[in-house]
Amino acid sequence: MFAADGKPRAESRVLLDTIESLDEGQLLLCQSAAERLLLHLGITFNVYGQSAGTERIFPFDLIPRIVCAKEWEWIERGLKQRIHALNEFIDDIYHEQKILKDGIIPVEVIRSAAFYRPKCHGINPPQRVWCHITGSDLVRHSDGQMYVLEDNLRVPSGVSYVLENRAIMKRTFPRVFEGLRVRPVDDYPSKLLETLEAIAPPGASDQPTVVLLTPGIYNSAYFEHSFLARQMGIQLVEGSDLVVQEDAVWMRTTKGLRKVDVIYRRIDDDFLDPTAFRPDSVLGVPGLMETYRAGRVALANAPGNGVADDKVVYSYVPEIIRYYEGEDAILPNVPTFQCWRKPDLNHVLQNLDTLVVKAANESGGYGMLVGPHSTIQEREEFAAKIAANPRNYIAQPTLSLSRVPTLVEDHFEGRHVDLRPYVLYGKDINVMPGGLTRVALRKGSLVVNSSQGGGSKDTWVLEPSEQEGTA
Amino acid sequence: MIDEPQPLLSRVANSLYWMARYIERAVNVARFIGVNLHLQLDLPLEPANQWQPLIDTSGDTAAFQQSYGEATQDNVIRFLTVDADNPNSICSCLRAARENARSVRETISSEMWEQINRTYLHFQPYPPLWEAEKLAERLRHLQFSCHLIHGISDTTMSHNEAWQFMRLGGSIERAEKISRILDVKYFILLPSATFVGTPYDDIHWSAVLKSVSGFEMYRKKHGRIAPRDIVDFLVLDRNFPRAIHHCIHGADECLHAITGTPMGYFRYRSEQLMGSLRAELDFTSVDRIMNDGLHEYLDDLQVKMNAIGDNLLLDFFALRRQSQGSSALGDR
Repeated sequence: MFAADGKPRAESRVLLDTIESLDEGQLLLCQSAAERLLLHLGITFNVYGQSAGTERIFPFDLIPRIVCAKEWEWIERGLKQRIHALNEFIDDIYHEQKILKDGIIPVEVIRSAAFYRPKCHGINPPQRVWCHITGSDLVRHSDGQMYVLEDNLRVPSGVSYVLENRAIMKRTFPRVFEGLRVRPVDDYPSKLLETLEAIAPPGASDQPTVVLLTPGIYNSAYFEHSFLARQMGIQLVEGSDLVVQEDAVWMRTTKGLRKVDVIYRRIDDDFLDPTAFRPDSVLGVPGLMETYRAGRVALANAPGNGVADDKVVYSYVPEIIRYYEGEDAILPNVPTFQCWRKPDLNHVLQNLDTLVVKAANESGGYGMLVGPHSTIQEREEFAAKIAANPRNYIAQPTLSLSRVPTLVEDHFEGRHVDLRPYVLYGKDINVMPGGLTRVALRKGSLVVNSSQGGGSKDTWVLEPSEQEGTA
Repeated sequence: MIDEPQPLLSRVANSLYWMARYIERAVNVARFIGVNLHLQLDLPLEPANQWQPLIDTSGDTAAFQQSYGEATQDNVIRFLTVDADNPNSICSCLRAARENARSVRETISSEMWEQINRTYLHFQPYPPLWEAEKLAERLRHLQFSCHLIHGISDTTMSHNEAWQFMRLGGSIERAEKISRILDVKYFILLPSATFVGTPYDDIHWSAVLKSVSGFEMYRKKHGRIAPRDIVDFLVLDRNFPRAIHHCIHGADECLHAITGTPMGYFRYRSEQLMGSLRAELDFTSVDRIMNDGLHEYLDDLQVKMNAIGDNLLLDFFALRRQSQGSSALGDR
């Protein structure tokens, strides 16, 4: 929002003028009204490790984060290129594996990726689309450059907060929209439904039956599942509502069984089908994978995508883009050390106090070490873990995530943020103009995950205007 | 053209049905307590036990005795309002209603969910607010909150199969609760059959009517307070929304709207049982009920309503295996 010299960026000027014109205390009133609204609307997430049904509101900061049109245009192009390439990559991995044969990525890296699913070999999802819904995490470093931190090709969550945050802003703080042309995000559910209908298996009617599969009300993202189902007007089902019979998936209704064409599943691969993956799963549907493989039902996202979420595979994304697209990546990766490589490993072990170390297969801010914020003991523990299983760790320089003004008690302070835009891939690729801005509410913290004390902000992507060039 | 209705998941139907039942149950408990509080102010000299009947009405006498012993005012109010171990306390009912609503949030309207959630949050058990001065006001507030839920669901939700399942649950629960309060009060007020037909205690009987918001409507129809007329009104009235007959009529209509079976016919066992109960209420008379014994009659009614509930499970909800969690929160 502010440039390095402390002056507001041009696109933020209008917003700041509005905020400055408010009466004393007005902003805080709006903030507390917004929080009360979130509670009443039940816009909450469940906290694991506490008693069942423990819900919290996802803290919401009233000051929006602004992204100018020019920068957004670049991000959008970069994401389209990236998702297209990653989709080609996943399709290749589960078919011919040309990229491995050509020696771009070592076979061993793929084979040892925890979310690589050999069971998915030879599957042909409709239109060969695997990553229907992606939520890549972007961060801005102190050099002013946006980097992709991770891709989240499995079951990315958070989009409901984007839509609800915007609705809450409109309800509690309409004045700040004055004078700014903010691009709407409300058509996301329609676009999502179009995407899901576009992947219906052959033989389905022109109004295919789409359902959203949730693990149930105790899942941390249950609010989002019910929200999206309601917004799209589709059934929200649990595993036990579905049954496989006669090579098709059916749901149990008060009038008997009804056929299901497309499943937007919000359950991890492991739990989808106890006969294909984890046999102890009670959340899934026995026989689902066989029906999927036979092309009688569509799944979004496709099982097996997790192979590209592995953080070692992530570090090859620039090569992946070059290989499949024949061009350089528009959005850069964060430079990444791969601990399974001897020289990288030595460098990482010697520089633990300045690097961020991450487990290759964890997410949600778990299993990581933020070097500059760590104790000697934590570093020693991590060094031992890395040495014991180098393949499972990568390291990156500690990014100085950009900070944006955030309401803290009764004044503004800078807090670190990231940005998760959502990308839909059905007939074509569609980037939502906006995204989830997560903010690390603890002072100095770099961890923005909701499970670790993070909150969110509304994200405003502006329409292009004439003054744009001078920003 | 006949619309092909959206299919309704068995699990969702079950949750809607129980959501409505729990809302109705919470509000009935609130009504009973509220009236007792008033009654006590009117009859300060009566021997203590005004409160035991409330426990008997709830059907949880054994559970109450085990954890509280004596039915003092404080004990009874605590047990029926904030006691989390009592599955039928107001707080427990609201929690169960809200958990069920949460599991069908995509089926009910956003406004309904918001009102159910607000009601739940408002009646979270923080004991200071349940103290005597505020209790009556809070109970009244709960009644209005629940009226609001009904109003919102009638005006924001399509009157589709999901809505019918909610109405079905609410109607059955209401009929059940009226039969219980009538049974318990009648037993206390008329200890011997020889009293039948004599005006016994105006204040007590008025209280029964008030607990179902029926005092004014009763006055319009029957005038004088007489136990026989009150039984006629609360069991057999066709127009009063808290009369058993009216509730069973409503439930029968819901059931036929759900199945599409023409009235007067049945395809499911639950339809058959509901239809015969309705027919019986249609063609009996208060004199016959009194001659046979009101207690016996109400007892029989409850058995029949339980059987209807069991068969609803088999006919519509049990297509799925039961899972742990909220949706299958069963009745006693």
